[in-house]
Amino acid sequence: MLEDREIAILIEELYKYHGYDFSGYSAASFRRRVDRLYQMDGFENFTELLSKARSDEEYFKHMIEEITVNVTEMFRDPTFYKTLRTEILPTLATKPFIRIWHAGCSTGEEVFSMAILLKELNLLHKSLLYATDLNPAVLDVAKKGLFPLRTIQQYAENYRIASGKNDFSDYYTANYGYAKFSDELISRMVYSQHNLITDGSFNEFDLILCRNVLIYFDNDFQRVALELFDESLSKLGYLALGTKETIKFSSIQHRFKQLDKEKIWKKMI
Amino acid sequence: MEENDLKKHCKVLLIGGSAGSLEVLMAILPNLKPIINFAIVVILHRKSAEDSTLENLIAMKSTIPVAQVEDKEVLKSGFIYVAPSDYHLLFEKNKQLSLDVSEKVNYSRPSIDVSFESGAIAFGKKCTAILLSGANADGTEGLKAIQKAGGIVIVQNPENAAMPFMIQSVLSTMTPNHIMEVDELLDYINKIQ
Repeated sequence: MLEDREIAILIEELYKYHGYDFSGYSAASFRRRVDRLYQMDGFENFTELLSKARSDEEYFKHMIEEITVNVTEMFRDPTFYKTLRTEILPTLATKPFIRIWHAGCSTGEEVFSMAILLKELNLLHKSLLYATDLNPAVLDVAKKGLFPLRTIQQYAENYRIASGKNDFSDYYTANYGYAKFSDELISRMVYSQHNLITDGSFNEFDLILCRNVLIYFDNDFQRVALELFDESLSKLGYLALGTKETIKFSSIQHRFKQLDKEKIWKKMI
Repeated sequence: MEENDLKKHCKVLLIGGSAGSLEVLMAILPNLKPIINFAIVVILHRKSAEDSTLENLIAMKSTIPVAQVEDKEVLKSGFIYVAPSDYHLLFEKNKQLSLDVSEKVNYSRPSIDVSFESGAIAFGKKCTAILLSGANADGTEGLKAIQKAGGIVIVQNPENAAMPFMIQSVLSTMTPNHIMEVDELLDYINKIQ
């Protein structure tokens, strides 16, 4: 286990050498990820880790992938997707064009879930799904629309509980252990690298989803990200967070009203 | 080590368990006196889909209030917290709770090891942990970390646990401070001040 002092040095050096700012990450979570990496990669001492993190570009990439959490699934929390289907998306349906931002999209499972919902509500043709992540490696995975077949059974079950209308297999073709999702879904997606702390607003959205990303931030970083979302949402737009996340520690809270159930807030002013 | 001296320092009591531990928890939590100077955090293996049934069950049976676990809530003395399903529960040094959806550990999320190890770092010797019945090895590494940090480590007597494996895994690699029967656990917690 690394010492607090070493963790602090690592954070400082990652910023100095690569411009990645982890200073506002949840200290408990960041330490756990770094300790795990240290053990997994068999380092003998901290200096060895530090010098690789500084100057080995390939290793740095690997490090970012391992420190940031990229565990995600399609239709995670099915009741959330049911609420999107029955309450949120129908109110957006009257708009001529629907802009959605998946902030911290990881490997894209939630973006594809959204595209499937939009397709079933006959809204996909007039929607655009912007999907961003800090980590370019996960975006490359997401763009392909290829997900391991072994995960599909769970996703199909989530989809069914979320009131899916079709046979889930209508949306993909199985090939060499992967499910390849249809190009029609992919054609409405725009993937790009974006850092929620250092990059600004880039469009105005009707719905922003950022689920289980803020949990890795401390209160300061959460505030920065939430202010960015506020700035990037149209009036009466929606913000959706993870089931255990909240906006109640931030300054934007009084401009938003939470739905009765689910972690979805409507921007009132 | 003088037991009473150590009890004074307890800020958080972590209770971990898996298969067969719910019954033990239900024999303990409803019979506790109000807790004033520390918080109880329960980390139980559970199905990812079951949502908040466990919280509701504990809230219904226990006189000690159950606090909602949300990201960055501050751990308050006098409350019971339950690690939510499908998240790892971590502790910040400023007593905030952090959640994490990273990989399962010991096939589990929440994982007992993850919360115990994090508790050891955040609270050190002010952390007491109890491990109950279970059928996998989750909890062993966490108890080691807590003991190393100076905290008190207790296991249920495996001979009377529904699933002794989890406790035996601990006993094969370390010596806990206490091995207790269920009624002794209740008595012990009621004496923590």
